[in-house]
Amino acid sequence: MDKHPKDWRFAQANKEALLTLGAYALYFIWWYVCAYGMGSGDPEQYEYVFGLPEWFFYSCIVGYPLITILLWAVVRFKFKDMPLDEELDEKTGEKR
Amino acid sequence: MNNTMMTVIPVILYLTMSFGVALWARKKSESSGSSKGFLEDYFIGGRSMGGMVLAMTIIASYTSASSFVGGPGVAYKLGLSWVLLAMIQVPTTFLTLGILGKRFAIMARRTDSVTITDYLRARYKSDAVVILCSVALIVFFMAAMLAQFIGGARLFQTVTGYPYIVGLILFGVSVVLYTAIGGFRAVVLTDAIQGIVMVVAVVVILLAVINAGGGMENCIQSLKAIDPGLITPTGPKDAVPQPFVLSFWVLVGIGILGLPQTTQRCMGYRDSKAMHDAMIIGTLLIGFMILCAHLAGTLGRAILPELPAGDLAMPSLIVELLSPVWAGVFIAGPLAAIMSTVDSMLLLVSAAIIKDLYIHYRLKGDASRMTLVSIKKMSLVCTVVVGLMVFVAAIQPPDLLVWINLFAFGGLEAAFLCPIVIGLYWEKANSTGAISSIIIGVGTFIVLTIMKPAMGGVHAIVPTTLASLTAFVLGSYAGLSRSKTGQAAG
Repeated sequence: MDKHPKDWRFAQANKEALLTLGAYALYFIWWYVCAYGMGSGDPEQYEYVFGLPEWFFYSCIVGYPLITILLWAVVRFKFKDMPLDEELDEKTGEKR
Repeated sequence: MNNTMMTVIPVILYLTMSFGVALWARKKSESSGSSKGFLEDYFIGGRSMGGMVLAMTIIASYTSASSFVGGPGVAYKLGLSWVLLAMIQVPTTFLTLGILGKRFAIMARRTDSVTITDYLRARYKSDAVVILCSVALIVFFMAAMLAQFIGGARLFQTVTGYPYIVGLILFGVSVVLYTAIGGFRAVVLTDAIQGIVMVVAVVVILLAVINAGGGMENCIQSLKAIDPGLITPTGPKDAVPQPFVLSFWVLVGIGILGLPQTTQRCMGYRDSKAMHDAMIIGTLLIGFMILCAHLAGTLGRAILPELPAGDLAMPSLIVELLSPVWAGVFIAGPLAAIMSTVDSMLLLVSAAIIKDLYIHYRLKGDASRMTLVSIKKMSLVCTVVVGLMVFVAAIQPPDLLVWINLFAFGGLEAAFLCPIVIGLYWEKANSTGAISSIIIGVGTFIVLTIMKPAMGGVHAIVPTTLASLTAFVLGSYAGLSRSKTGQAAG
């Protein structure tokens, strides 16, 4: 693996990009389901949480801290630190 | 001391602080001794940003006048539905960093890229791509900066009562000067300060609004009494239909990857840890700011229900609800948002002229053919001249520029999205694809914006993105087969 440091870094970067897209998709689903799922009815029938309509409370007020926590977990457990410079090549004696 | 003076004090304090930062940054970049070292420092800060600063600078260059005045103004008219729409912007920071992230940073370092154009040049090895991108960037940025200048000066006028020109001079001249003096380092540091100012400002205004309305529950019930549509996800009389809202996921979510002032940040951070931190901090802060600002606009309707235009909502709430000093802090918030957008654009325009066009074509890409002193002078002069041109245009805005501004953000996305993102991940991408994508993307966007065909509520950016994507892929395959038969692949 050390022989191809660039390959390793790019493969990891691809994985991270996919995870990012996954988190984005999850945020979208949460946002969409809460907003239109709970909010499509008649405003007279709305339930309220802390004075806000239920759909708004869950999709916006809860949705955004939730995605932040999810992101923290993804970054903490799935993202890897890596050197960004080309210095790594010198270690393997391999000049680009 | 009268009230307007009290309002202006926080603004002045804040502008002075920006200058201090610029001078410090200037001193710091004095230490780099070569022409190339200076360029790298002036235009990208020697790739030294840490996580907090990176997060702040992405947020600040992304949020502009519309996040603080325009957006909440629409929220005032359309209620919670517009806050829902605004929340689509929450993932912008992590999406930009996560998708471009490491790969982009590695490529930029490997190719010694300082600007987006450098990267595109290295990736596609094509003069046509570079020139098209530089021209698109210069034209669209000048128009976008103009709109920001006008927005800022009008806001200043509404809140303080001073004439339009005073506000324009006050913050227009400061932003041009500190950007010119301090370069990228000053821009990102002032961005960080501006980010903090913005966060404080939105909290203050939101609390003031909820307080004045007698608590959240009362505010919402008054809104419902005005029009029940204000508390539904589709707005009064279904003014915010689903297809329109969903196109914003393309416009602000995916499209952000095509905005050069934001993507350039992804080249300038220090290490991968800085990027990880920035993804989380950035998401947390941008969500907070957008939620507070737009919610304040919506709830403001319960307090001042009869305003003639939505754009007046934020300024009127400030004047009505806050003490003069806090009003000054709040006005510094949107001014900060405007300045931080302008400063990064200004620097990129200057970089496009000096690095991408002048040094590359006049000096054959060899910066060391100019002395350090003259390259410093030239970078500074160029930034000042571009800034002053926009400033002068903002005194009496010419129709043409106002008109171009309509296309600025969509146009930038159409031009840069595919060449940057697909070029990064798809090995077969080549210059034929990039050129056709830029021309067809920008063309489609302009045509759709002018003709306004009925598209069932879908924003013009959606078909534009599809068109430029198709053009990119088809163009790349065409270019590929041509270079295979001609054996001219470089």
